[in-house]
Amino acid sequence: MNETWIIFGATSSMARAFARAVSERGDAVWLAGRDLADIGALATDCSLRGAAHAEVLEFDARKPETFGPIAAKAEAAEGTVNAAVFVGSMPPQADIDADPSLLDGVVTDSHAGPARMLHMLAPIIEARGAGCVVGVGSVAGDRGRIGNYVYGSAKAGFHTYLSGLRNRLTRSGGHVVTVKPGFVDTAMTWGIPGMFLVAAPEAVASDILKAVARKRDTIYTPFFWRFIMLIIRSIPERIFKKMSI
Amino acid sequence: MRTKPVEYTGWGRTLSATSDTARPERQSSLAAAMDSMPAPPLGSLRSYGDACLNDAKPAISTVRLDRVTAFDADTGLLTAEPGVRIGDLVRRLAPLGWLPPVMPGTGFATVGGSVAMDVHGKNHHHAGSFGQHVTALALVTPKGRKTAKTGSELFKATVGGLGQTGAIASAEMQLLRCKGDVMMVTERRIGDWDEHLGLLDASEATYTVGWIDATATGRNLGRGVLEEGETGAGLVPPAKRGRRVPFDAPSFALSSPIVRLFNAAYWRRIPQRGRTVVKPIDDFFFPLDKIHDWNRLYGKAGFHQFQCVVPLDQAPALRQMLETIAKSGLASPLAVLKRMGPGRAGYMSFPMEGYTLAVDFPNRGRARHIVEGLTEAARDAGGRIYFAKDSVATPELIAGMYPEQAKWVKAVAKLDPERALQTDLVRRLDLRGVA
Ligand SMILES: Cc1cc2nc3c(=O)[nH]c(=O)nc-3n(C[C@H](O)[C@H](O)[C@H](O)COP(=O)(O)OP(=O)(O)OC[C@H]3O[C@@H](n4cnc5c(N)ncnc54)[C@H](O)[C@@H]3O)c2cc1C
Ligand SMILES: NC(=O)c1ccc[n+]([C@@H]2O[C@H](COP(=O)([O-])OP(=O)(O)OC[C@H]3O[C@@H](n4cnc5c(N)ncnc54)[C@H](OP(=O)(O)O)[C@@H]3O)[C@@H](O)[C@H]2O)c1
Repeated sequence: MNETWIIFGATSSMARAFARAVSERGDAVWLAGRDLADIGALATDCSLRGAAHAEVLEFDARKPETFGPIAAKAEAAEGTVNAAVFVGSMPPQADIDADPSLLDGVVTDSHAGPARMLHMLAPIIEARGAGCVVGVGSVAGDRGRIGNYVYGSAKAGFHTYLSGLRNRLTRSGGHVVTVKPGFVDTAMTWGIPGMFLVAAPEAVASDILKAVARKRDTIYTPFFWRFIMLIIRSIPERIFKKMSI
Repeated sequence: MRTKPVEYTGWGRTLSATSDTARPERQSSLAAAMDSMPAPPLGSLRSYGDACLNDAKPAISTVRLDRVTAFDADTGLLTAEPGVRIGDLVRRLAPLGWLPPVMPGTGFATVGGSVAMDVHGKNHHHAGSFGQHVTALALVTPKGRKTAKTGSELFKATVGGLGQTGAIASAEMQLLRCKGDVMMVTERRIGDWDEHLGLLDASEATYTVGWIDATATGRNLGRGVLEEGETGAGLVPPAKRGRRVPFDAPSFALSSPIVRLFNAAYWRRIPQRGRTVVKPIDDFFFPLDKIHDWNRLYGKAGFHQFQCVVPLDQAPALRQMLETIAKSGLASPLAVLKRMGPGRAGYMSFPMEGYTLAVDFPNRGRARHIVEGLTEAARDAGGRIYFAKDSVATPELIAGMYPEQAKWVKAVAKLDPERALQTDLVRRLDLRGVA
């Protein structure tokens, strides 16, 4: 089959692992993001790993003018077009507290921008009756915590968007996987104190691929975060509001 | 640039360090890290001693810069970022008929670490050292970006240069042709020292190495197994990987009676008249990689590896060293003898034409003392020790071993006048001396 993956946020090490995994099975990859030099290097690596085709596309969640050309290209592509969104940003909560205007950027990067992009791709998936969307959210979106609730709220919004999109695309044969990673060993978490049970980006990528193959709706990765979050969600708000975890 | 305080050890686990570590995921952040916090670049930490340590000072890990950025399947010219592992190259390229030109005994070693140690492999007698196949290097130094072409002063200071000229950001190399991803391996029992050297001298195979029973004494001294390998095409089950040593072994695991028994059995396993077997390619080149964290088998105290090379005519001195080792009763089963060709590419490269001996010692009792004595013996024989393995030498013990050291010191001082790139090994051996 003629499968293409548009990978948004291709500079993320999680995205890199995912791009390599789909390249190794011979899919085409379009690597989208802001640091085009870096993404160019990844494109070569993916071709050498067996990607049918590897291409670099500019995508900036804060510049909607970069969305149109991607949608147009997807429209023109043959075969099944799939999308995986790894875009997100997590400035320290303290920085946002000091400068509330940062909030807009977090919401744009982690929710509004990617959602708008996916909204432009949805009709293509509907028209072809096939295609998978992978949206990387976060366990941080399951409950607002003092330490990073702006990021968490953007991810929660993205989760809700993804569940609605799933509801929509299922009708025409498309599918949406919501991915909620716990702590992953990437640039985002490197050097942040308090990380535990940190997973390798490759492990997350392989969980995502399995979820895509089995048409899972929402996954936690690594799997045990489902239980951790079950506990965290079940703490009564009256107690939770006094906790700092 | 965000850093993380990381506690880490060399592969032998006798020495450890804590460093505020930057781990760039892309080229631009490597440059940013070197700019804001000049520090030694680190790879997979497969050096045994402190070549890859910088205690209480910063470090830059280059393992996440791990992409192959160019490859020509017709000419075999490949460009890789420094964090690409040699073993990954083998798995990806061998089915296409290409191999890294030189492979150290672990596939976890990175391209950056392989250049910085100018590593040698089982084909050193034909193919020379890793650096001899490198055609260009891109560096990120405390003085900005530089490129080094084969033969230039900067190139010779960087290859085998222990990371002291800056971080290798990318390396272009010429791969070697291979027939496929399996190995035809001929194994022969060797009875003693003279036979061992004779077979190594006579071997015409592409890949040759001698396993040596470093516990055998008397007329069995130097006995072992000669392994000769050629690549081939065929079908064998892929190498099994991924078993882990879950805890530190108790110290009796490698006690001298057990090692003696093990070595004797290992030797007898080869039929009297030898045999030829077919193996997956990683099994031949990286036999120990199947067991992750095998260094834990030596227990909490860790282990030392001694590796030296002596000129061909100093074989008797090497025999003497082996005798000391065998008598000590401290050697582990991991011991290797090899004939080296003259190939080397940098001022501080380890190889010289001669015989190289590598032996592991659990870190207990007189082990340190024995390694010191062996280092002295290697020096007196006009040989040298390998910095990738050392954790015990002193500036006096290694004096004169590296005749081109002064040229290296000069070249390195230009790029890193503040000495921000020094590692614990460089300081311990005072390698950069007075520039
Ligand atoms: C089981 C085993 C078998 C081995 N067999 C062999 C063998 O057969 N032949 C052989 O030659 N060696 C052998 N070695 C040694 C090993 O190949 C070297 O120590 C090699 O340097 C390890 O690579 P690394 O990526 O782990 O580097 P590290 O150990 O992390 O670093 C080694 C040196 O390279 C420098 N360095 C690392 N990355 C960079 C970079 N990006 N830019 C500049 N400098 C850098 C460091 O500063 C340091 O000086 C063996 C080691 C093991 C554990
Ligand atoms: N690491 C974790 O523990 C963890 C846990 C849960 C969820 N996640 C999520 O996993 C995803 C991948 O993150 P990561 O951990 O790999 O960290 P990362 O390296 O910081 O990745 C974030 C990615 O988002 C991109 N991005 C940010 N703002 C953008 C914008 N305006 N336009 C386009 N791209 C933008 C970044 O691109 P640039 O390179 O151009 O900045 C980068 O590719 C993120 O959505 C993150 O929220 C991570």
